[in-house]
Amino acid sequence: MTWIWSNLDLIWDRTLDHLVLSVPPIVFSFLIALPLGWLANRYRLSRGVILTVSGLLYAIPSLPLFFVLPAIVGTSLRSPLNLVIALTLYGVALMVRVVADGLASVDADVRQSAVALGYSGWSIFWQVELPLSGPVLLAGLRVVAVSTVSLATVGAVIGAQSLGSLFTDGFQRGIEAEIIAGIVATVLVALLLDGALVVLGRVALPWTRPAGSNGAAAREARIVEVTT
Amino acid sequence: MNLFVDALNWILDPANYTGPGGISVRLVEHLGFTVVALLMASAIAIPCGFVIGHTGRGRGLAVATSGGLRAIPTLGLLTLVALWIGIGLGAPYVALTVLAIPPILAGAYTGFEAIDRAVIDSARSVGMSEAQIVRTVEIPLGLPLLIAGLRSATLQVVATATLAAYVADFGLGRFLFAGLKTRDYGEMLGGSILVILLAFALEGIFTVVQRLVVPRGVASGRLPVDRARSARPSPGMEPAITEGNH
Repeated sequence: MTWIWSNLDLIWDRTLDHLVLSVPPIVFSFLIALPLGWLANRYRLSRGVILTVSGLLYAIPSLPLFFVLPAIVGTSLRSPLNLVIALTLYGVALMVRVVADGLASVDADVRQSAVALGYSGWSIFWQVELPLSGPVLLAGLRVVAVSTVSLATVGAVIGAQSLGSLFTDGFQRGIEAEIIAGIVATVLVALLLDGALVVLGRVALPWTRPAGSNGAAAREARIVEVTT
Repeated sequence: MNLFVDALNWILDPANYTGPGGISVRLVEHLGFTVVALLMASAIAIPCGFVIGHTGRGRGLAVATSGGLRAIPTLGLLTLVALWIGIGLGAPYVALTVLAIPPILAGAYTGFEAIDRAVIDSARSVGMSEAQIVRTVEIPLGLPLLIAGLRSATLQVVATATLAAYVADFGLGRFLFAGLKTRDYGEMLGGSILVILLAFALEGIFTVVQRLVVPRGVASGRLPVDRARSARPSPGMEPAITEGNH
């Protein structure tokens, strides 16, 4: 415990390093997976190709990927950029399938109704399919966030600073408290980002608000009002 | 691209395959470790998963534990256990077994849950005992999802076994760390490529096994995606897209 109190500054700095490493991949993977997932859902051929590639990508162990990327894209092994790219690739690999499944889960009748109302393909995506698949996308993004935060620690063994540095440093110097502090801080960061996504989801998808009693009752009341 | 030539030269150099620290020995270590860790995790997770899946009890606890375990960084667990029980193979075994449990457990109970309740009720109504239902109905029908769980556990164990070379002198991961120390990029990259190929090979094997275990007469071994319903994340959805942590 004393180690933790006298090293709060260090833990805080590594936490910031960790956020810099893990937040961009979460955002990027969502932005990249969205069009790819759409493409995977749209055509049979692209579905096979995209889902196979992302499946294989996801099968690549993280540490080897950190080593291989510099040889392919020319990043330096220890640079944060190298890690951000690797983590983004994992996020995309996971998220593409979620986006494709989410879009596929939109009821065909709803889509046809939108067509009948005169929506273009573009606006069906933005105004019908995307919002309706929102809950599935959110669930997927939460998994991406938690696993990205956890994965980012692996970079520490090649010298990229993050909360994982507390593991390598604690291991080499035999400080148990440092490793435990690192684990707790990593889990807290994961919970924090997960919570942030939940809040974001409530704001962006107000109709999914889990108001079992209040909201649902109010909505039902409104439906009754409209229909009677 | 020169780097890949170095890596290829390293992989193809016969001298690298022999000796106590050669590629052959490391590969066997890596694979053996993976198999043992998976067996230990399965011995715990599969019976528990079957009980949860059959009775429906303890599901909340299982979901919460799996979720919590997923957030725990593998490297942290590895280094912590290594400090506790000393450098060597013990720490990776403990850490890896713990990490492999959640996906296998989830595969075992979601496999049971994905079965149409009417099928189980029919089995009961024709007079099958609970043990018979588990053995002849639930296990065969749930097998594809259990294999899917084993598949993600395997990927995770292979990946983390690489990382385990940081705390123990074993496995293909040694080449990565050794190369890092001596700045031999050919060795690092060559070792990385070998691990990736191993992961792909195992992934390929599981893809085939997953198809083979679908019982005859079952249209599709995959979790039935009820399109109308799955706009809301269904209970089965979470484990299906999880298993992060490389």
